[in-house]
Amino acid sequence: MTETTVTPERALVVEEGDVKPGFIGQSVPRKEDKRLVQGEGVFFDDVKRHEMGYVHFVRSPYAHARIKSVDVSKAHELDGVYGTLTGDEVAILTDPFFELSTAPGANIKDYALAVGRVRHVGDPVAAVVARTRELARDAAELVEVEYEPLPHVLDGEESLKDEVVLHEEAGSNTVWSGVFDWGDFDAALADADHVVRIERLHFDRFSSTPLECSGCLVEYNRGTAQWTIHGNHQMPGVGAIWMAPALRVGIDKLRFVSQDIGGGFGNKITLHPQYTACCLLARKLNRPVQWTEWRTDQHTANTHGNERTFLDVTVPVKADGTMLGFSVRAIDDCGAFPRYEPLGCIIWAQVTPGCYRWRNIRVDFTQVCTNKSPVAPNRGYSRMQHLWLTERIVDIVAGELGLDPIEVRKKNYVKHEEFPYETPNGCIYDSGDYARCLDIALDLIGYDSLEEKRRDAESRGKLLGIGIGSTLDSGTNNFGQSMILNPELQFSGNNEVATVKLDIFGEVVVTLGTVPQGQGHETTASQVVADILGCTPDQVNVRAGHDTYWNSTAGFSGTYASQFAVTGLGAVKGATEKLAGEMKQLAAAVFGCSPDDIELVESQARIKGNPEAALPFMALGAILNANNAGLPPELDVTLNVRHVYRPPFEKPDLERKYGNLTLTYATQIHACALEIDPETGVYEIVDYAAVDDCGNRIHPQIVEGQVHGATAQALGAATHEIFTYDEEGNLLTPNFYDYHVPHALDMPPLKTGFIESESPFTPLGAKGMGEGGGAGIHAVCAALQNALGRRGEGPIVWRSCNPYEGVWDLVQKPEQTRKLVSVESR
Amino acid sequence: METVSRKTITVDVNGEQYEREVDVRRLLIHFIRDDLDLTGSHIGCDTGNCGACSVLVDGVLVKSCMMLAVQAEGAKIETVEGLAAEGELNDLQQAFSDHHALQCGYCTPGMLMSATALLRENKTPSEDEIRKSIQGNICRCTGYVNIVEAIQAVSR
Repeated sequence: MTETTVTPERALVVEEGDVKPGFIGQSVPRKEDKRLVQGEGVFFDDVKRHEMGYVHFVRSPYAHARIKSVDVSKAHELDGVYGTLTGDEVAILTDPFFELSTAPGANIKDYALAVGRVRHVGDPVAAVVARTRELARDAAELVEVEYEPLPHVLDGEESLKDEVVLHEEAGSNTVWSGVFDWGDFDAALADADHVVRIERLHFDRFSSTPLECSGCLVEYNRGTAQWTIHGNHQMPGVGAIWMAPALRVGIDKLRFVSQDIGGGFGNKITLHPQYTACCLLARKLNRPVQWTEWRTDQHTANTHGNERTFLDVTVPVKADGTMLGFSVRAIDDCGAFPRYEPLGCIIWAQVTPGCYRWRNIRVDFTQVCTNKSPVAPNRGYSRMQHLWLTERIVDIVAGELGLDPIEVRKKNYVKHEEFPYETPNGCIYDSGDYARCLDIALDLIGYDSLEEKRRDAESRGKLLGIGIGSTLDSGTNNFGQSMILNPELQFSGNNEVATVKLDIFGEVVVTLGTVPQGQGHETTASQVVADILGCTPDQVNVRAGHDTYWNSTAGFSGTYASQFAVTGLGAVKGATEKLAGEMKQLAAAVFGCSPDDIELVESQARIKGNPEAALPFMALGAILNANNAGLPPELDVTLNVRHVYRPPFEKPDLERKYGNLTLTYATQIHACALEIDPETGVYEIVDYAAVDDCGNRIHPQIVEGQVHGATAQALGAATHEIFTYDEEGNLLTPNFYDYHVPHALDMPPLKTGFIESESPFTPLGAKGMGEGGGAGIHAVCAALQNALGRRGEGPIVWRSCNPYEGVWDLVQKPEQTRKLVSVESR
Repeated sequence: METVSRKTITVDVNGEQYEREVDVRRLLIHFIRDDLDLTGSHIGCDTGNCGACSVLVDGVLVKSCMMLAVQAEGAKIETVEGLAAEGELNDLQQAFSDHHALQCGYCTPGMLMSATALLRENKTPSEDEIRKSIQGNICRCTGYVNIVEAIQAVSR
């Protein structure tokens, strides 16, 4: 079971037994829970409208084919079918979604339905709407599509050859490519005592597969030409930026509404194609339409995490184990359409040197399309793949040179006293203490008795391995990083919005621009508000979910990229401080004193030192809203304020690909102990610790819950979650039978620890957290390597997903992977 | 195509009697969610793996996507909506909240029904028995740590 430890020793770390005043920092009961444990949440699929029709997509059975014809006539003949939509209609009614890339990726044409050609199994070709889900499915089977199969390409490296080109308009499968070169890698190479070379590493395809599939209910208002989308898009601000121009309407014509969302993890950021199809159908049929994705559809045709191959990794190392940097050629496979890509081609650069003091880094990065499901941000997006690389580098170098993986980490980690630390590409790591987190993790798994445990395992015929995963969860994006990919893009900075008002009966009402999917935004927002207004979280009504028409959204509104504790709560704090100022002004006007004389305590505005002169919140709300005759005309208060939090960012230096790309860097140091049965390749995680540092924790229980969840997803990805395809491009893991996610019996005992290194850059000293950087994947790979490898011998763990049969291969045929690594010593 | 045949069924759900005409091919979960508008039970997969739709049918834990509505004719069905009495959370629901055993809450109704079935059979389950009892319920948010703790907390 969970054991939590905190034994801080240093400054900038919360002291044991410290009592923080107020509600921030307390694990108050979650506001969301009462409805959710009673089945009274409202998820998009719970929303119903009179006479709504159910949408079913007709999908491609081919990985790559020309669409010769689509005949929907038989579907229309079925009683209860309301209508259909085809790619040809979409091509007339909409413009292609805008692409973020420069050429060749910029020339890709991506529509709501396939136009002329299908590019992966599951690519939607047509949509059918009917009176019931079952009828819609029947009708979809009656749609006759004639295909002319084309050769396909399923492998990123193969795709680079352009022998099969997915997007004729682009003329190449390359979406984006560029070289990142910081420091002086050639000089580092010349200066090295050892050069370790790794021929190939591969980060496998998987996704967080939220339990609630994607979907929406779309209503079209003919009179105002406005769509209301009850859905689970987790980044509607950007979704609307994609959809509105494609639909040729103003952005205010798209209203996104969600209350509860059944997990997102980034997989619900690129729903604009399906939503656009539903918008067209709602307008065409003049009827609310409802689309609930099937699990099989989510796996085959919604989004996967990015698959990345690392080639020719070169690491210059000094004799004492100091690593000077690395160079690598990275090939990122984004599937059939870029959609949110090529942002993954830069997002990794938020954590260029990982947790390490490496100053010389050269990355040659290329992203390509293949005939597989498109990708989208997936918990740890793009940094996870890169951090896996940095951790593999550390362990492989340590293994080859006979260094202790613990000591070599400590030697190369950015040091506690070096924060704020500027990376070679200009990112500012705000605070942290990686070595201390590592020590806590090692304590939790009983590292002191390692040799004893190893002997015990060996006596049972098992091989014990210990592995570390050191990661950074960079949060609060500077969207200016997109300009490094494409200088024409007009995105930079970041923002989030909150409104706070004091209503007529004294009720404090908060709206957020964020789109929560289980992170407890209602609860944490109420803690911040309560501390500022001098009331309790129970007295703060944070409206559940998101609604574009609340006027609390901005361009980057959403819940993604580990930022709520900074951007969302920054907006809440700003708005509440403004409201507090107004409440004091109003009370001062009533009492005839200065606002400086007023304090907000015990849900009252009162004159300091005179508790008898007090106006309860209800009086303030009532006076301004309903009983305001006689108030001074110059009193300019509304008790209804809006604040946009804007983090302090500059545009990056595009020439040098240099600048601060994220505001905060939460730390995760994980330690894994596992035992392998060398006879079978079966392994079991016998001990596991996750230590997290996300600065000031607003709600420790929620933080720990995120740590548990991120760890579970990472362990699933490390051990068995993988999207594999057959030679024809059929996904072999299209449902939860074949795609095994961790169940309760699969999870090892988890121990957690934490420190709190306050961020100097954020409104509450907090850092965004939750994604976790895939630390569990890195730790399991490291532990497998540790168990199997001996200096200069044994296999190399070169893939991120290592199911038992893969481990058996590593054990049986060590030479196959051993040859991937070479060492040049001078 | 043959005309879909329909059948009238009567069920007791959380103590309420319902009589509805349904397509014979309608899944019990769709009947509960769409016809009865009891949307607490959820759907997370097409294959009976995820357990979000778990309910009790005549006291037996069932994944309601693996059963046709017509098979429930005359049955007594319990869903998450029936757990709280007059808005007061029962001990298990309260423990889920206290122990932060839910994040997005999507798997929670099914988890609660699985745990309810377990605790009726076994008031003092071991951790292993708890884990076995919810192995048919997928949660993607919590890693199960706090779910197991919550169920343990109400075990006596």
